[in-house]
Amino acid sequence: MEFLAFARGPALAIAIAVFGLGIAWRLFGIFRRPAPRLLSEPRSTATGAGAARAIVTHMWHAKNFRRRSLTRSLNAYAYHIGLAIIAFGFAPHIAFVDRLTGISWPALPGWLFVAGVAVTFVGLAYALMERLASPVLRLLSNFDDYASWVVTALPVVTGMALLTLPIASRYPFTPDRPLAVALHLLSLELLLAWLPFSKLSHAFLVFVSRATTGAALSRRGAVA
Amino acid sequence: MSDLEPVSQPVPALQPLATHAPARWDKQGERSDSERLASAMSGFMRDFGRTAAIHLESCIHCGHCAEACHFYVATREAKYTPIWKLEPFKQAYKREAGPFSWAYRMLNLKRAVTVQELEEWQELIYDSCTMCGRCTLACPMAIDIASLVGLARHGMFEAGLAPQDLWSVAERAEREGSPLGATPKVLRERLDWLADEHEVPMHLDLPRADVLVTLSSIEIMKYPLSLVATAKVLEHAGYSWTVSTRGYEATNFGMLSGNREWQRDMTMKLIDAAIACEAKIVVLPECGHAYSAMRWQGAEMLGKPLPFRVLHISEFLAENVANGRIRVKPLDASVAFHDPCQVSRRGGATQAPRDVLAALGLDLRETEDAGDLNFCCGGGGGVIANRRADALRHKAFEIKMAQLDATGAELTVTSCANCRQSFDDGQSHFHWDRKMGSLLELVAERLVQRAQSHSA
Repeated sequence: MEFLAFARGPALAIAIAVFGLGIAWRLFGIFRRPAPRLLSEPRSTATGAGAARAIVTHMWHAKNFRRRSLTRSLNAYAYHIGLAIIAFGFAPHIAFVDRLTGISWPALPGWLFVAGVAVTFVGLAYALMERLASPVLRLLSNFDDYASWVVTALPVVTGMALLTLPIASRYPFTPDRPLAVALHLLSLELLLAWLPFSKLSHAFLVFVSRATTGAALSRRGAVA
Repeated sequence: MSDLEPVSQPVPALQPLATHAPARWDKQGERSDSERLASAMSGFMRDFGRTAAIHLESCIHCGHCAEACHFYVATREAKYTPIWKLEPFKQAYKREAGPFSWAYRMLNLKRAVTVQELEEWQELIYDSCTMCGRCTLACPMAIDIASLVGLARHGMFEAGLAPQDLWSVAERAEREGSPLGATPKVLRERLDWLADEHEVPMHLDLPRADVLVTLSSIEIMKYPLSLVATAKVLEHAGYSWTVSTRGYEATNFGMLSGNREWQRDMTMKLIDAAIACEAKIVVLPECGHAYSAMRWQGAEMLGKPLPFRVLHISEFLAENVANGRIRVKPLDASVAFHDPCQVSRRGGATQAPRDVLAALGLDLRETEDAGDLNFCCGGGGGVIANRRADALRHKAFEIKMAQLDATGAELTVTSCANCRQSFDDGQSHFHWDRKMGSLLELVAERLVQRAQSHSA
């Protein structure tokens, strides 16, 4: 129980702190750098709309790029949606958030959760296989890519070991297998602590990057 | 020996990046590796601003950009994946300037960039990127890779690691005022000859004019009929206009080669000339990168907003066709238009040439990838000036030939002399049966005569 208490207590607090401070530091490190002063006459001043449009349009490929990138993109969407279903639609996870924040919402039906798990497993496996098989992806990949894959997959794998436990509707509870629960929690905490320093930070940088290009090109009247 | 003179020629040894051909690089000046590296890093550091940082932090290594790049599509070689072309630049950023650079350095998580890496990357940064920006449209993070390549070239140039051909062209442009020897004397002689030959006024060095016409050396030396067409169109539209020997060369090889100072010098000549003749409009020639250099970076070179409008010739034509100052006779033919990347995708003037073609009554047949998604001709970004890149450029050009042939159009036109040069070279290399024409020249041929215009 001590190990579980550690995972639920100090380890969780540290992971959340690293997550928050890490993201804040990364954004500060980017935004403290000097911004270019644009003096050319803009073709459009609706750069906010351009930024918003780029955030939306880059969610999917222009038709000219779709054919060759379709499978990879569909797979990426599949496991991202699967992860979201697992993280936010499963009753114990909602109860976990409820315990921390007091915020809760209805859980998704069990079959959808199972489907989410299946899609996530297949999707992550496919993503890894493609990364290893594609000459382009193999060339681009570094430690961050593989470590981020492991860190993302670990909570799913350790969570699978808990599926036979009775689903708790509220916390705190005393699980039958405290070690397995602790490992699951620690894998989530590893994910939280790793995210700000890795490519997983695309979770928030995606908005920053798309908006920056969208604003810059819309100022020129160009398509982002 | 001058610090800027070349000291080595392409090295024929097989390098780690090369899969099918040996990597090649050139060097300018005699310096130690450490001095060269220090120059490159200092150049890189100056360019790690906020926008660059956002993009250098954002890559998720998804590889989607590869399928957007004509060099990758044509060769299927992984090293031509656009974001890979920035690897040493990214590495330098992460180690020296990123939010966690202190940790990267302390724990040596990112190795320091070496001169050898920069030498190997010269081919990727210069030979295999036209800065066309198509990859940005395919990137799920919308990373502006073309701009980053432009920035990376600054450090490379400062380190004396530019391709010798491109360096020579840029140096000549800085020294003589033209990359192709179109000095003020040559310009004056050309304009006199063209005025006589084509019986059209060629205004040079008027003290005051509403429109300052700028030119591309490619036009002056290779496509002089473009100069005639420009004069005819401006006379027809009734503008007071002039060319100025003080600043006429619109191409900017300072920008393409990565020399910030030369870029500024070349831009400032045009700005000074426009201010001197109190021009209200500066018309840029049929040249893509000239548009980027002046329309989107000119004011930054001056340090304040420009006191005149800047229009690409295709915008000028579209605007004056719309307001009735230019009247054209319709032409019963089909046409395919090749978009210059820097005017359309990167410049936002995609519609202007289409409005002109519509005014000409032409049946526009778009290529499979047209407008903002157009494939580059392969010669932009200074690549056409870099002869060692010819084989790769020709490979990429096959995409253009196939797409234009598929339209079945009778005519093919563009609004960039650099693209035309690339097409002429491709036509000659492949014995292709198509000739790339000029939008401007087409308009000039179809102008309604003044008398007809007045009576209409």
